[in-house]
Order: sequence, then C-alpha cells, then structure tokens
Amino acid sequence: MNIPLPMFVVVPLVAAFVLPAFGRRLKPLATLIANLVTLFLLVLAVASVGTPAVYEVGGWSIPLGINMVLDGLSSLLLLAISVVSAAAMLFSARYMEQYTAKPKYLSLFLLMVAGMNGVVLSGDIFNLYVFLEIASIASYALVGFGCEHEELEASFKYMVLGSIASAFILFGVALVYANTGSLNMAYIADAIGRMGTNVGLTLALSLFIAGFGLKAALVPFHAWLPDAHPSAPAPISAMLSGVLIKALGVYALARLIFNLFGVSVALGWLLVGLGLASMIAGGLLAIGQWDFKRLLAYSSISQIGYVILGLGLGALLMAQNANPAWAALAILGGLFHLANHAVYKSLLFLTSGSVELATGTREMRKMGGLGDRMPVTRAACAVASASIAGVPPFPGFWSKLILVIAAVQAGFYWIAVAIVAVAVCTLIMYLKVHRYVFLGELPPDLQTVRENKGSILFAMAGLTCVCALMGLLVLVPSLRSSVLDPAVSVLTDGVQSSTHLMSP
Amino acid sequence: MKGMTVIVKTVSSWVKVLIFLFGIYIILFGHLTPGGGFAGGVILASSYVLLMLAFGRRFVEENLPSSVASKLDCLGAFLFAMVAILGLVFGGTLFVNFLYQEYLPGTPFELVSAGTIPLSNLAIGLKVGASLFLVIFALTVFRYDGSRKPGDSDESAGGTPATRE
Repeated sequence: MNIPLPMFVVVPLVAAFVLPAFGRRLKPLATLIANLVTLFLLVLAVASVGTPAVYEVGGWSIPLGINMVLDGLSSLLLLAISVVSAAAMLFSARYMEQYTAKPKYLSLFLLMVAGMNGVVLSGDIFNLYVFLEIASIASYALVGFGCEHEELEASFKYMVLGSIASAFILFGVALVYANTGSLNMAYIADAIGRMGTNVGLTLALSLFIAGFGLKAALVPFHAWLPDAHPSAPAPISAMLSGVLIKALGVYALARLIFNLFGVSVALGWLLVGLGLASMIAGGLLAIGQWDFKRLLAYSSISQIGYVILGLGLGALLMAQNANPAWAALAILGGLFHLANHAVYKSLLFLTSGSVELATGTREMRKMGGLGDRMPVTRAACAVASASIAGVPPFPGFWSKLILVIAAVQAGFYWIAVAIVAVAVCTLIMYLKVHRYVFLGELPPDLQTVRENKGSILFAMAGLTCVCALMGLLVLVPSLRSSVLDPAVSVLTDGVQSSTHLMSP
Repeated sequence: MKGMTVIVKTVSSWVKVLIFLFGIYIILFGHLTPGGGFAGGVILASSYVLLMLAFGRRFVEENLPSSVASKLDCLGAFLFAMVAILGLVFGGTLFVNFLYQEYLPGTPFELVSAGTIPLSNLAIGLKVGASLFLVIFALTVFRYDGSRKPGDSDESAGGTPATRE
C-alpha cells in the first residue's frame, strides 16, 4: 500500500491548528477529534510497516527539493510514537479534565506528535532540525502546563538546556553544509564517503553528539530530565520519557552516526561509554528517590543507557570488522529495548498519573496499600515493572538477554556484568515502588481512594496488553523479519543505506 | 499604561495606516519583490506594536482582542496547510504548485502569477502577523502583572494558557 508520507505530519499539524478554536462547550468534540487523529496515525503506522518509501515534497527531486524517507528504522520509531501517543491521548481524555484550557493542551500534544513524526521521516538534516524544534517547543510548553511554581521552573530549565542543544545542532548542520555542500542525508553521506572527514566535520559530529545527547538525556547531559519529566502532566511524561527522548535523541544520533558519518572504533567506544555511564548513574540515582515520577524519570536515563550501549556495541563491532552477526545482534538488542522502553515506561508514567489523580500526591512515603483499592493500576504497574526489571516472560527480559549475549559473544564480559548488575538495580527500584505504593498499610487520609474510571482504565489496559505481548516481536520470526530486522539492517548497512537514495 | 504624549499619538495614528498598508503590499507582492509572507507579517504586527507603545495596552486590546488574534493565528496556519493539501488533491503531491501547472499559469512578473505561492504568502503573512502580535502582547501582559504586588493573583494573565482548577 502506498501511503503519502507527509500525512504523518500534516494530519496532526492541521488538527493542532484547528483545535484551539474550540471553546469550552466544544471540549468533548475536540477530545474526540484528537483521539481520532492519534488512532488514525496508529492505523497509518501499522499499514506502513514493511513498505519502504520515499516522498518528494512538491514534486521536486533531491537534492533540489525536500524528501521524506520511510525505512525500517523510521517505521519502528513511527510505530512506537503512534502506539504511545494513542494511549496517552486516550488517557488524557479524562485525566486532563482537572486542568483548564484542554483544547490548547490537545493542540500542543498533536504539535509534538507532528514534530516527532517529522523527525523520524525527514530525509534531510535541516528539516530534521526544524521538526525537532517543533517537537521541543511544544514539549517545553507542555512541561509547564500546570503553571505552578515548580512546573514553570522545570519548564524553564528544560527550555534553556533544550535551546542550547538545539543551537549546537543548528551549528552542526551549518558546519556539515559548509563542508559537504548539501543538506540532504544521501548527498552528505556520499560526500563524506568520498572525501573523508576533516576538522569541520569532526567538530560538527561532536556538536551533534552533545546536542542530541542532551535531547536524549544521556549522562552527563541529563540534568534537565529529572525535573522536566515529573513536572509535566502524566500523559505528557509518558510521551516525553516514552518517545520524545528516543525520536529526538537516540534516533537522530543513530541516523547521523551510522548512516551519515559512518562508524569508527572511537565513536563506538564513546557511545558505549555514554551508555554505561547513563545506565549506572541513572540506576543508582533512581533507587534513592521518594517521588514516584522522579524515580521513573531517573530510571528512563538508565534505560536509555541500555539502548545507547546496544547501538554503541554494534558500532564498535562494525568498526572492528568483527563478526557482523554479533554487531547486528547488539543493534537488535538496542532497538528492541528502545521499543520496549517506549511501551513500558509510558505505561509506568500512566499508572503514576492514575495514582496521583486518586491520591493527590506523588510522595511514595505517604502512600501504601493502594493495591486493593486500585487493582487495574496495580496490575498495569506490575506488568510494566516486571518488564522493565527483566523478569523472564516479559519483553524487557528478551532485550536485555540479547544485549548480554551480544556482549559475551563479542568478548566484553565486563559489559555483560554491568548489564546484569543494572538490571538487578532496576529490580530493586521497582520492588520499592510496589512495596511503598501498592503494598503495606493504607494511610488514614487515603481511606476513600477509589480506582479511576473510563478512558484512564482503557488506556492503561490497552498498553498493558501491548507490553505483555511485545516479546512476540523477537520470538515470532515473521514479526521480527517485518518490524525489527529491517530497522537493524538500516543501521548495519551503514552509509550505504543513505546513499542508495541518490538520484542517478 | 496610559500611552505617550498627544504628539506621539497623533503621528502614530497617521503612520500606522501606512505601515499596515506597506505590510499588505509586501505580502501581496512577495513572489515578485524581496519580502514575502514572513517579512510582511512582521510589518503588520509592527503597526500594532506602534499602537501599543503610543496608546497603551488597553487600547490595542479593545482593537484586536487576543482571542481574535489567536484565532487568526490558527487560521493562517490552517490556510497554509490547506494550500499544501490542495496540491495533494489536485496535483497528486503535497505542496505541488497545481495552479501554476494547470489552472492559472499567468505571465511572469504580473501580480497574478506563480500559482499557489501568493496564496501561501497570504497564509504565512496572517500567521506571522498574528503570532508576533500575540508574542509582544504576552510580553506586555507579563510586565503589567509584574508591576503588581506579589500575592494578589486574582486575574489570570491573558498570555498564560492554563491554570489548575
């Protein structure tokens, strides 16, 4: 089936500009339209799996025009974005009733989705930057949506750091244009392949790593995330932690390093180092947290570390000309972990939102015994926690297992040990969540707590089913060869997968 | 903010018309002369900024309420997207210049030429003018709020989108 690729951007963008015109009385209609848009995007993303396509906007062929490219990696990210945004939008239908100006929220939400879809589909680095700014600016506004002191402070901090990252990225784009004479990814990859790197391109690459690393919240660029993600309304936390840091950070970084600049041993070690630092620092910092959403935010840093570690290990093995099967396995582990983390971390943030809505607090020491009162929330949280901690039948186990196997086969036993150690760390922090939130004595002021109703439950239940079944993506060969394998081969093909798009 | 002296008010009430007209000219002739939707939109907004400086915020708020401006803002973006989608409907590709290719070739350097580009310029002019006006309006609102004593926050500022109920 041939889908016009700009639909992924145009549909949410048009809806985002129509919705703010809806007043107070038309709020239910606005909510319905926003949900239909995210569902439509989900259908479109599922339909587009396995159909790589190139779209030339305005009929202008590259390098003159703008093109949008759908390949395996973009497809995987599109699927993750649309699954998480559909669930988060359904969750907001009821959750956001406690805020005023809901149509503005829906509009910003769809703007963010449009930006993320644009980032993963863009075929040239300047449009990647433009879409990245659309998504980032929408997310700055959404983080501060509550307009309370703490939320505005977090939003401001996020905005300053995010703008610095964007400035780095724009500077990098300018340097790449100056040194290669093109903004189109295929032509840049070709030019770099022909003339090799020079000082300008190396500087550009380091700016990209800092900029996208900041967007992905890798340690040492992570300082904004533990403030920004908990301050946002819960569905937005789910979007930010679930997909925004991956689409804007990890995807863009992987695309640039693997498909534009080409991998090298030094780059591979750099990514492995950043990944390990994020994994360990995020994991250790998360254990000490008492704020439910802040714990989840630190845990996001740790899990993004796994993804970057997998990609870095793959890059390292590719650059060392080791057995390509192990490089592919490491990248598969990283990408599968990315997809898993999108689903279970957004589910965890939704459960935290459900708990916060019912109890009015995020402080875990003030909670307890909610398991009997909120059975659905507890079940969703249990599935997601088991998955993130790597308990066997759940998908998080498989992605970590793949990473461990890849590390062992490549001979990096200490990396395998680190992966397992951080997994234990993750298990501890989620046992803590269950101990203090769902088990124990119900405090006297929470005696009247009841389970949330309506769309909140549907969103959590739907995402729980997806989370429980995610393991099938690697276990069933046909699913793996249609979703994950094309994504892996985009990265293992390296520069080749960009340059084949060049017009003859 | 009561505005400035009567000299400034008189002069700016004459000049604002010229500035506004110049903005419209820049937008309409965007495909022929330097400028275009963005530059013209900035000029349109600047005529309101002049009014805001000369007459004060209240005067401008009565002339162009921020709710109307934000609707114009959305309308501009929506029209721009519509030009793109019409390209998909009539030309088969998003953003394709279907008017120029089939329906309205026009002669180069005339006002009616270049197909959909003047339409896009109009939409962008509306969008940029309205949103830049809103940005500056929001800045004056914040200044207004900052001049009050901390603590009395009865009236929610027009530029802040949401407060918890």
